[in-house]
Amino acid sequence: MSTWRSLCANVRTLRVLLTFRRVAPDPRRPCGLVASRRSLSTGTPLRNDFFKDLEAKLAATRKKARDALPGSAWSPLHINPNLPPERTDIVIVGGGVVGWAVAYWLKKKEGIRGGLKVVVVEKDTTYSRASTVLSAGGIRQQFSLLENISLSMASADFLRNINEHLGVLNEDPVDVQFNQAGYLLLASDKAAHIMEDNYHTQRAAGAQVSLLSPTQLKETFPWMNTEDVALASYGVENEGWFDPWTLLNALRRKAISMGVVQCCGEVTGFKYSSNEVMTEDGQRLELRRIKSVQVQMPNSLEFQPVECAVAVNAAGAFSAKLAHMLGAGLGPEDTLAGIPIPVEPRKRFIYVFHCPDGPGLDTPFLVDQSGVYFRREGFGGNYIAGRSPDQGEEPDVANLDVDHQFFQDKIWPELAHRVPAFEKLKVTSAWAGYYDYNTLDQNGIVGTHPLVSNMYFATGFSGHGLQHSPAVGRAVAELILDGGFSTVDLSRLGFRRIADREPVLERNIV
Amino acid sequence: MSAPLVSLLGCCQRSSRLLVARRPWSSSPVSSPPMHTRLLLFLTQRFYDVEMLLRWKSRMKRRGLQKKNAYYSYTQGLYGADIAAAYYVLCLRGGFRFVGQSEWFRVDRKGKFKWDFLSYKDTPLEEADMSYTIINYIGLSNLEGQKSLRTLSLRGCSEVDDWFLARLHVFQDSLKDLDISHCPRITTGGLAALRNLKGLRRLDVSALPGISTPGLVIILLEEMLPHCEVIASGYDHSLEPEGVDEERSQG
Repeated sequence: MSTWRSLCANVRTLRVLLTFRRVAPDPRRPCGLVASRRSLSTGTPLRNDFFKDLEAKLAATRKKARDALPGSAWSPLHINPNLPPERTDIVIVGGGVVGWAVAYWLKKKEGIRGGLKVVVVEKDTTYSRASTVLSAGGIRQQFSLLENISLSMASADFLRNINEHLGVLNEDPVDVQFNQAGYLLLASDKAAHIMEDNYHTQRAAGAQVSLLSPTQLKETFPWMNTEDVALASYGVENEGWFDPWTLLNALRRKAISMGVVQCCGEVTGFKYSSNEVMTEDGQRLELRRIKSVQVQMPNSLEFQPVECAVAVNAAGAFSAKLAHMLGAGLGPEDTLAGIPIPVEPRKRFIYVFHCPDGPGLDTPFLVDQSGVYFRREGFGGNYIAGRSPDQGEEPDVANLDVDHQFFQDKIWPELAHRVPAFEKLKVTSAWAGYYDYNTLDQNGIVGTHPLVSNMYFATGFSGHGLQHSPAVGRAVAELILDGGFSTVDLSRLGFRRIADREPVLERNIV
Repeated sequence: MSAPLVSLLGCCQRSSRLLVARRPWSSSPVSSPPMHTRLLLFLTQRFYDVEMLLRWKSRMKRRGLQKKNAYYSYTQGLYGADIAAAYYVLCLRGGFRFVGQSEWFRVDRKGKFKWDFLSYKDTPLEEADMSYTIINYIGLSNLEGQKSLRTLSLRGCSEVDDWFLARLHVFQDSLKDLDISHCPRITTGGLAALRNLKGLRRLDVSALPGISTPGLVIILLEEMLPHCEVIASGYDHSLEPEGVDEERSQG
């Protein structure tokens, strides 16, 4: 349409130029007869545009001839080119960092070129509400659960060798802007023994962490107020923060270069086959198997059923809605079918503030014992802070509006108490994002559902999805293609604990 | 016979792969690459074989790098950690000096070295000169046990990046002099990792191409390491950017 308009514009300007030339007065003729020189034709002068259009016309003719030959993709029925393919091997629902990590690792492990067909379905390619890009971007090994520590360490290894993994021939090298500043977790008297236990677990797993007493803390960070700190745990290596958007795009670029198909659409339903079985104690179970995934195009009623062998639920904060479509959690209360996926979106705020006299280059990602955290952002005296709200004061998740009063009431006093220089600060910006919050134990769910044999879950990370994503992607790819975990054993993070309602708790969470 | 022909004449079926592999040269600030590179890239986008050969080449190069930087466990088992570290430094064409000795053990132009250092049993290294070598994160594991390392020069090392700097924390008690000038892969995020080296007295961060705002970063470094002398030459600290000068002269 725009080329036609520009063509018309060209034609019009040409006509104007040509008529202007003809109107130029001839000195031999009397003045009164000048007007008769003007052309009376109002049609387009064909001759002068002919050669300009020739190139375009020849190209169009060539294209028509090519389409008419067999082997071309032309068909008389107009098909929406954005539809996903009709059948594929694996559909990954959710185009965040976990989804693309799974896609990348699946393609990496496929064995032969083109051996696996993978489609990633993402409903919002602007990522305006995705947890990945709204994250603070930190990575730490200071967890109490061995699985979490191993996942973080594997992800740090991945980030260190990111160009070996995600480098594409002829493209710029990937630079996630990793700040090697470490995490600093503070503990009061009551929690000091927990921190020591965690420290031993972390050291045993190979994480480079060190414990600091209040005096050592004051020496290392003179800007900190260490009054009520009993113990601090400081990450020396492989901890810091990075740019999640770069990681997402690098994973996406590499996966697409390996042949993963990206589809912009929303999954609105599944077609599944059911099989009823009777357990030993007489309970009737309905085992479902996904046959196809219904993908609806954005802003349209058009949908495409994508036949697949395996579906991966990496939808983050919206995973429960997806599992609902399969009937998970809709059965009677005491049965296996009645247990819902315990993942729900929780809104968390991040505030950016500027403080001219704040801590400098070595500012770690500090997590206070009250739950307030902050880190440096850039080198101009800007910092990012946030806090998990208390139980019962969860903000409304219908939208991503920021509650600025929360900073004034809950965050600023703690910040000013911990870092006296932060008494003078100015909030410049803020945003909100969703945690895919696992209400049972705030740890990820990785594995298949007991009643839906070909749906794999990789969700519920409650704020740690980004830092675990490369390792989780590899674990899920191993689970799908090899049938079991080989690099990091995540069997404790499977569905069994959800079904048995036995939480696998982490002893400190932000 | 037909299979190689088919593969030779095979085009990339997936247009998405082409779209990703093709790079618009006009957007890059560097001038367009030389003829043979462009020819190779043109062929890579059309033939699977050329793509495979190029990928092999980069993989072989990487494997050679890893092999040179591998952990010298065999040498360690036979001669001890210090001799293994010394041997590693010499294999990478660096130089070192033992604790208590004044002579440096170096490599000559052809890469050969004398085996005298074998006679110094259980003597740790005090100074190591790894400038312009291919030492990387994995190779540092060979030097990790050296608790008396006082001077380390990593000038112009192309494989030293931010993660390497983070791993230098193993020398936090002993290291006094560190030279990381001219290393192309170091960025400002990695300089934050130097906070662990509390004993550092002299730090050379000259001419690091990865730092975008050298003046500010040097000031922040000096604040972070108050007892350390930070040397930062080779940066253009002029206040006016070049474009503004031209506009002023024209307008």
